[in-house]
Amino acid sequence: MARLTAGVATSHVPAIGAAIDLGKTQDDYWKPVFAGYEWVKQWVKDETPDVVILCYNDHASAMMLDIVPTFALGFAEEFEPADEGWGARPVPTVFGHPELAGHLAEQLVLDEFDITIMNHMDVDHGLTVPLSLVFGQVSEWPAKVIPLAVNVTQFPTPSADRCWQLGEAIGAAVASFPEDLNVQIWGTGGMSHQLQGPRAGLINREFDNAFLDKLIGETDDLRKITRLEFLREAGSEGIELIMWLIMRAALGQKVDMLHRFYHVPASNTAVGHLVLKPAEES
Amino acid sequence: MTQDERPAPRQRLYPLEDLEDIPGTRIFTARRSRQAYHLHKFCMSLMDKDNRDAFRADEQAYLDRYRMSDDQKQAVLKRDFGKLIELGGNIYFLVKLSNTDGWSTEKAVSSMTDLTPEEYGAMMRSGGRKAEGNRSIRDKS
Repeated sequence: MARLTAGVATSHVPAIGAAIDLGKTQDDYWKPVFAGYEWVKQWVKDETPDVVILCYNDHASAMMLDIVPTFALGFAEEFEPADEGWGARPVPTVFGHPELAGHLAEQLVLDEFDITIMNHMDVDHGLTVPLSLVFGQVSEWPAKVIPLAVNVTQFPTPSADRCWQLGEAIGAAVASFPEDLNVQIWGTGGMSHQLQGPRAGLINREFDNAFLDKLIGETDDLRKITRLEFLREAGSEGIELIMWLIMRAALGQKVDMLHRFYHVPASNTAVGHLVLKPAEES
Repeated sequence: MTQDERPAPRQRLYPLEDLEDIPGTRIFTARRSRQAYHLHKFCMSLMDKDNRDAFRADEQAYLDRYRMSDDQKQAVLKRDFGKLIELGGNIYFLVKLSNTDGWSTEKAVSSMTDLTPEEYGAMMRSGGRKAEGNRSIRDKS
């Protein structure tokens, strides 16, 4: 049977991708950001999954605003890196896992989640920057990826609790897939940031660190955070953090924390990063 | 349907008007999304190199291909990102325009504030804009 072995959370700032692609990771500005990812790059060498279910948001590269699905699952054999206005990132094609994606879609709709199926889409920095941060600069990605795109842009986004419930359903769906697969789930985006208007540049270190504490510890409060509270406290784009809740809920009730990192800033954004694994049954 | 048979109003956790209570922030609602649809189509078109070249060659003529409002076209020509947000835009597609210009996202975002790019960069390096005083217009908190 398939096993959900770990969860990774990370911000997906586009400038981080540019710093990697342009060889600036050791510049004074970027060095402390990338130092926070050295641990995961070593860890994943021994813990390379067969498949990553990667929760991210499309930044008007493949769907928004022509279609605005609340949850969209990538079904394709392959996803090309998108050209976001200055040429596509020089990163490998992302290969999907249509069999597990099909199983997930069936199970999730049976569980009352009205999932949109994407049979063709390009993937932008929201998906490829986390892959670069964890797997480094490689000629091919070492794992298959099932993109799960979440609407975090157009109000109303799914609620924190809805994301939590989806994560739980994903956890159950993975566990019922008959093939022996090592599966990880990643939640990306955040942490606090605002990319618009006179309030742009908002960072809320207290909110971010309380959010990280609760992901590791008592999670009930996280499900009650309203959209308005995310927007007020974490900035208009900080609401991307709902995608971390899908990841966390999929891992089950208790987790062990393997790695935690927080840094301000990367461009306009607070960078947060966690590596978690489901706690052993006692 | 008589008055008594009308469904009860749904309970909400807060009045949606509260979304307008965050200082210096415009929430990208479904209605604003529709207002910006053609602006978005223009921005999405810049994901293609030939289109970027055509836009650079004659910006006004290129913009006239899209059913955007004149205000939106003027704001594009002026690279007035703050105005584009007011006119329904969202940063996730507006960055296609700033990327086409070779701007960093930080530069595009900083242009919406009252800070120069240098002042904005310094603010971010010193921890960003504080949440205190920037949460609520009504409560001045």
